[in-house]
Amino acid sequence: MAPRQNKNLIEVKDLKVYFMTRSGPAKAVDNVAFSIKKNQTLGLIGESGCGKTTTAMAVMRFVKPPGKIISGSIRYMGDDIVPMTAEQMRQIRGKEISIVRQEAQNALNPVLTIGKQITEMIREHESISKEEALYRARKQLDLVGISDKRIKSFPHEFSGGMKQRVMVAIATACNPKFLILDEPTTGLDVIVQRQILMMLRKLKKELDLTAVFISHDLSVVAETCDRVAVMYAGKILEESDTISLYSNPLHPYSKALIGAYPSLKGELKELKSIPGAPPSLIDPPLGCRFAPRCELAEDICRKREPAVNIINGRKVACHMVK
Amino acid sequence: MALYLKKNNKFKEFFQLLFGHPMGFAGLAIILIFLGMALFAPHLGTQDPAKSGAVENLLIPPTSQFWFGTDDLARDIWSQIIYGSRISLTIGFVAALITVFSGTLVGLVSGYYGKMVDEVLMRIVDFFMMLPELPLMIVLAAVLGPSMWNIIMVVSLVSWPTTARVVRSQVLSLKERPFVESARCIGASNLQLMFSEILPNVVPLMFAQAVLMVTEAIYAEAVLSFLGLGDPTSISWGMMLNHVFESGVIAESYWWVAPPIVCIVGLIVSFSLLGTAVSDILEPGYKEKRGF
Repeated sequence: MAPRQNKNLIEVKDLKVYFMTRSGPAKAVDNVAFSIKKNQTLGLIGESGCGKTTTAMAVMRFVKPPGKIISGSIRYMGDDIVPMTAEQMRQIRGKEISIVRQEAQNALNPVLTIGKQITEMIREHESISKEEALYRARKQLDLVGISDKRIKSFPHEFSGGMKQRVMVAIATACNPKFLILDEPTTGLDVIVQRQILMMLRKLKKELDLTAVFISHDLSVVAETCDRVAVMYAGKILEESDTISLYSNPLHPYSKALIGAYPSLKGELKELKSIPGAPPSLIDPPLGCRFAPRCELAEDICRKREPAVNIINGRKVACHMVK
Repeated sequence: MALYLKKNNKFKEFFQLLFGHPMGFAGLAIILIFLGMALFAPHLGTQDPAKSGAVENLLIPPTSQFWFGTDDLARDIWSQIIYGSRISLTIGFVAALITVFSGTLVGLVSGYYGKMVDEVLMRIVDFFMMLPELPLMIVLAAVLGPSMWNIIMVVSLVSWPTTARVVRSQVLSLKERPFVESARCIGASNLQLMFSEILPNVVPLMFAQAVLMVTEAIYAEAVLSFLGLGDPTSISWGMMLNHVFESGVIAESYWWVAPPIVCIVGLIVSFSLLGTAVSDILEPGYKEKRGF
């Protein structure tokens, strides 16, 4: 294959996902754009309900009613997947683009052995023999650090962290090029979190993966991602490389978010919470969506939506950042 | 939950639990006795149950030669009981198999696809549910001639809708579970979701339904035969009751009336016991309570 090293594997443009509620469309994802280069990992952070998971689901073309992709394009290796048919999408899901969903604890079928669940996944996408699939399943388990002796175990015989690993093993069984990790460490204790993160890092190298990492845990994102996008109320407010974002957040919301998180190395300082609550997505504020909670907000913020500025390769959507 | 007759160790565990359950043990024991009767009928001191005997042997109470006595044609009642178990068990198992298989298939498809498919299939289910068993049997017996297979057909025809409904309601809840969604999210097809993700979760329900259907079919056979809608040439427990009723000596010949009734009740009760035990065992947490 021709070198695509600098090509974008995923390019999302002007993505709008609305949930049609009785009181009007809730703009869960509104004009979101991002792109990910091959072998890069993009972190997606933000408060609960800001549209992280909805964005991920839209990339899988798995938005369930009343949700709907209103407009925008999602290009995977140059092809827009938004207009694709259900059957085309089914073949892409798991084989090209895969996902480790939230709540992995319940995402395994309680009555099937994990070996069966992995082989079924492989055989759905590739026409290979049972023996071959079983061999691949063992390799997958080995890859995520579970002894292949456990291939005949049922999900209830595993701990939470192991179930999470099994989910990763299933999601990557067909060697997808693009993997979405939706809060893969949420609900696990820090030691297991660390194990999962180490495993993901190894996996990324071995499988040559490009990934989106969704989390509300800033430290986890810092550890795994090359770039980070900060989402708020359905919009990406800032996108930047990880180091610059953490050391010098530009957008007031990024600042507030990082200020609300304790630092291990830095001096002891009082943690600041962000006053107020995220706005209604059905009737969002006219201008900048963060304006009602922003300390720096001026009149223009409440009236006009800020355009995205590019400063030193970082994207920021704020009137106050020049 | 994960107690299936799939893996050997699970299989063993299941039967260990079943034997440890008093009702399960009793039910299984009685069923095995009847199964033994059916399988080894020719070796249990029997003679041809349909063969009429000598006139001096008419309607005699139990003796050492005729263990359960004879009927009004001097036929050996012990032999009739033994051979009759074959009919009851065959009808029970075959009807249960047909019922559970077709009911599960319809319930699975209906519950999984929902909407129009569900609507159409459920109306068909309603139709068959409402079919009157007895008139249908009478008509079929008249058209096709009475036989064991007609009884099986009628019983299956009117009882598969129950299984379909039960399975459908379970599937409705299962298909919304996260693991189904996850599997779909990584590219599983409809067929795979139905048959390899959802179906295994319905297996305990299928067991419970199968046990229920066996008792229902045995009961239906007895009723239909007693009413004279069974095959008059075959010997079944219901047919025996029909004969004793029509012979007019029902009040005097206790040895002729009692055995078929005891057998019908015994077999139905044993399956009910087994059913209760199986649903107890499949209940989550039972295994742990018993120290497994």
